[in-house]
Amino acid sequence: MGEQQVTDAGGERSPSTVILGIESSCDETSAAVVVDGRDVRSNIVSSQVDLHARYGGIVPEIASRAHIERIGPVIEEALAVAGVGWSDLKALAVTAGPGLVGSLLVGVTAAKTLALTRGLPLVAVDHIEAHATSAALVTDRPPWPAVALVVSGGHTSLYLVRDFDDIELVGQTVDDAAGEAFDKVAAILELGYPGGPVIDRVARDGNPRAFRFPRPWIDAPHADFSFSGLKTAVLYRVYGPGQKYGSAAHLGPQGVADVAASFQAALVETLVAKTVAAARRARVADVVVGGGVAANSALRAALQAACDAAGLRLHLTPLKYCTDNAAMIAALGYHHYRRGARAALDLEPRAGLLRPAPCRARNARPAADARPA
Amino acid sequence: MITEVVYTSPDPQLTYAAGRELGHLLRGRDVVALHGPLGAGKTQFAKGLAAGLGVPPDEPVVSPTFVLVREYAGRLRLYHVDAYRLTGAEELRALGFDEMLAEADAVIAVEWAERVADAVPAGAVHVEFAHVGELERRLRATWSDRARLARFAALLDPPA
Repeated sequence: MGEQQVTDAGGERSPSTVILGIESSCDETSAAVVVDGRDVRSNIVSSQVDLHARYGGIVPEIASRAHIERIGPVIEEALAVAGVGWSDLKALAVTAGPGLVGSLLVGVTAAKTLALTRGLPLVAVDHIEAHATSAALVTDRPPWPAVALVVSGGHTSLYLVRDFDDIELVGQTVDDAAGEAFDKVAAILELGYPGGPVIDRVARDGNPRAFRFPRPWIDAPHADFSFSGLKTAVLYRVYGPGQKYGSAAHLGPQGVADVAASFQAALVETLVAKTVAAARRARVADVVVGGGVAANSALRAALQAACDAAGLRLHLTPLKYCTDNAAMIAALGYHHYRRGARAALDLEPRAGLLRPAPCRARNARPAADARPA
Repeated sequence: MITEVVYTSPDPQLTYAAGRELGHLLRGRDVVALHGPLGAGKTQFAKGLAAGLGVPPDEPVVSPTFVLVREYAGRLRLYHVDAYRLTGAEELRALGFDEMLAEADAVIAVEWAERVADAVPAGAVHVEFAHVGELERRLRATWSDRARLARFAALLDPPA
């Protein structure tokens, strides 16, 4: 088969690589059509947040069932909005991990079935690598080499991205992810789920210096994170010595706002300082940020200020590509496809990273992640 | 014969160390049910369990809350399950809990075990965590295997 011809927005006919991306790793069902790894023709996202809100988190069985119901219509809508048919597609790209296995399985099964019935090549994409490279959807040219901060509900990691297929994990959380810390602190403050957006909003009315919460490993010479102790410090501030308060009610609205703002400041300062330090250590001039927590307004503002001060170019992923979406999967899938990567039809989803980090000496770390002073 | 072990851990390092001691005692098909509120030390203890099971120190044992189950390879395989977001035993079975239980050389640690109490087998070792001070925690362990419970007590409180 020759190159597919697709009419682009300018009306010119040029050989283009049209990829359908499929994403179902967590609680968003998404499909997208992306041309040449950059031109997003459609990006349909069906969120399940409302389904899960009353449980304070994602319920795996409900998530899987919702994915099954939605995946077909979402794919059809992605094709319809993009105005392409099956014969225009060059390949399918699907998130194969990491995520909830039951959720991943729905997208992977749909992709394998379509690859078989439509005779299309299949490309497996690592969800976190897609977040790490999502800023390239909007930069004029790929910003590599860059340090990438990926912050989401399940991940807090720093990567050195040398190219789309040369991504090295340089640090990660040793306990709770940033998004998980947001969710758990929101639960402690009785603010609801998901925690990130609500704390971002409540914190605007609070004093970020009201309480001095720990900034774990902020000056450490490595790129790992630890947020478990920060969560516990907030818990103690809220419930008081000896757990004398049974809830956050005694704080009043201003107290809740102050705790939220002070917690967010501690978390944001730590993320920003460690990202800038990682960029310096790697001697790169570019920083990219992706993942759901990258939608946090305080984090975006602080990163911009710190990168400006450090002479680093910051490429913030637009909000619509920060939360889980298939456009980033199709985009990275395109680069994998161009380099000849193909997944077999016995592709299985993986809860963990598709390409696990190589074992690195972590002997400098304390065995137990005691709260650093 | 002792029926329970109560241990006051002054800080996260010793909560970790307590988990490591229990990890040394575990055998295939053991289930460790961890109970207690946020920030009470369950994950810290589970990190210690992993170390006691021989999971290499360069493999970080991180919170399983988001992905619900994480898997580690040591002397025995460790399944680290988090029931924080589960609504009952059925949810746990949907994660493949019965298959994990059937593995001869695997142990399972379940955080927020009270949320899936019906699925936890009778022979499980239960560890309850409570806040005492900002870093101090009280651990209370019960186990139908009284012999190993006694050894756990001895490891926590070595004779002078």
